[in-house]
Amino acid sequence: MSLWLTLAVNSVALGSLLFLLSSGFSLIFGLMRIPNLMHGSFFMLGAYFGVTLLSKGVNFWISALMSAAAMAAIGGLIERFLLRRLEGQVLPQVLLTLGFAFIIGDLCLMLWTGDPWQPATPDHLRGVVQMAGLYFPVYRLVIVIVALVVAVALWLLVDWTRLGAMIRAGVDDAPIARVVGIKVSQLFTGVFALGAALAAFGGVMGAPYLSVYPGLDFEMLPLALIVVILGGTGSLLGALVGSFLIGFLYNFGQAMLPDLAYVILFLPMLLILVLRPQGLFGRVVS
Amino acid sequence: MSLLTQQRAGLAIALVLLVTLPVWIGNTYYINIASQILLWAILALSLNVLVGWAGLTSLGHAGLFAMAGYTAAMLLDRGYGHFTADVLAIVVTLATTAVFAVLGLRATGIGFLMITLAIGQILWGIAYRWVSLTNGDNGINVSTRPAPFGLALTSAPAFYLAALAVFLIALATMAKFARSPFGASLRGTRDQSRRMTALGYNVWLIRFLAILFSGFWSGVAGLLFIYYNQFIGPQVVALTTSAEALLMVISGGSGTLLGPVVGAAIVVVMKNVVSAYIERWNLVLGVIFILIISFMPEGLVPGSVRLWRAGVRRLRGTQSSSLDPTSAPGPDGRRIPWLRPERTP
Repeated sequence: MSLWLTLAVNSVALGSLLFLLSSGFSLIFGLMRIPNLMHGSFFMLGAYFGVTLLSKGVNFWISALMSAAAMAAIGGLIERFLLRRLEGQVLPQVLLTLGFAFIIGDLCLMLWTGDPWQPATPDHLRGVVQMAGLYFPVYRLVIVIVALVVAVALWLLVDWTRLGAMIRAGVDDAPIARVVGIKVSQLFTGVFALGAALAAFGGVMGAPYLSVYPGLDFEMLPLALIVVILGGTGSLLGALVGSFLIGFLYNFGQAMLPDLAYVILFLPMLLILVLRPQGLFGRVVS
Repeated sequence: MSLLTQQRAGLAIALVLLVTLPVWIGNTYYINIASQILLWAILALSLNVLVGWAGLTSLGHAGLFAMAGYTAAMLLDRGYGHFTADVLAIVVTLATTAVFAVLGLRATGIGFLMITLAIGQILWGIAYRWVSLTNGDNGINVSTRPAPFGLALTSAPAFYLAALAVFLIALATMAKFARSPFGASLRGTRDQSRRMTALGYNVWLIRFLAILFSGFWSGVAGLLFIYYNQFIGPQVVALTTSAEALLMVISGGSGTLLGPVVGAAIVVVMKNVVSAYIERWNLVLGVIFILIISFMPEGLVPGSVRLWRAGVRRLRGTQSSSLDPTSAPGPDGRRIPWLRPERTP
């Protein structure tokens, strides 16, 4: 397989992981306007939960789901009991989530030490598939499929179900939504928990590929941020396109200008901010 | 004695105490901590211009701070003199700040914060990953301290006095800034940006200039930092530094002149004390953030006063309504700027 094709496959796989991370961020930050600076921490903590379960011999998918469930519970509790009290106050929310991000980062360092953890790719996901005369690693393809399934599921949930309509109503006009009987508070806690769960799930899916190490949290947080700024706040399609764009930029940048790969990632974000601040697929808020 | 002379006398006593500090403290370790407090106080003061007076919260100030430090360190490393290196460092920092401001001001509130966070991370990425330019994780050593007007700054008391001089200039500039018509119009853009626009003020330009002003002093603090430590590495650019600076502003009380200074003292002392016992500074930092947000969001100094008064009132058995921090007035009677809910446009 040629270098370019390998890079392209890796880019799509990384883009898929980024989508799992940033779709949750898009719900929390883009839709609910909560500046959740612990989103990268959700990703990292979820990944640590996952690798711990994997090292105990738990099945890969069960580990990922259990980790997601644990993170949903933690995220839900933080939202319900701490963030909710600060509704609409941006800076206090920032400080609270930043405080938790530092605490989670330090606790992870304490519990899982500073060494990187890289679980082996699960047995049934090893190997390659042959397509049109080319070989693709199964695991990368699985990540892509999972991300696409999540994307479609989220799209259906937000745009086509009654629940999604209720969430959108709660975001657009919470008091009126409450008047017509929508339990906005519970819904928002649910959405926050869902976002946290997606990040954790992404973390476990990414662990055999990226490995888990201290500092992963603040490496992933800006990536989620770039994706959402690029795609447009609150747009799932934007998050999907943005994720793949960043996935490609990262892998090709890494191959061609390794010193600057991390900086190149931010260039499209800066361009978008200057030319189209609402993002590629964002609505203009009047 | 009239109030004015009282104030002047207090100011004079404080000045004398600060200038003679190396004499009555004596111990080099404590003098060095005092120098650290002064240089971080300058950074906190510069961030306070944005957080307190402009209502714009930046999480990228570590980037501006380190931009000056790195530029000067790199130039010194290549054999330039102190004066050239420092002036160029400030020029580069101002240019970076201008870009930072133009990008950040595409949004206000939460958007501004997220954009500055991202820019801060870019600068971190350059410091950490662009090894051929910045020497990556190994950082850059600064072998000598400057000797302004022929006075060597190698000893701890001498460096302290130099830092104090810079700090006093910064403080005086900030005081002047806060009282100037420009400072008033900046607070106007914070409180009523639409009304300011209607009155004919160029809100964008006012904010832009305020950010430049803030960037300038962040750069000065960054220069003091590299001369104090004689080293700069990528951990200085990390989000933790921006968060610490924000903690200094908010813990002391944002939008006041002395709040950030008190905050810087609290954070530096706490960091030194905590680091002496455990290596979990980030954990402690996080817990402090959460405690401040939960119990005294208006800052430690005004917050303690409010909680104490509420406690006294409760002991006397009278009803108290001031336990709600959002209804409490700020230190100088104004409402706390950053506690207001974000208005929907």
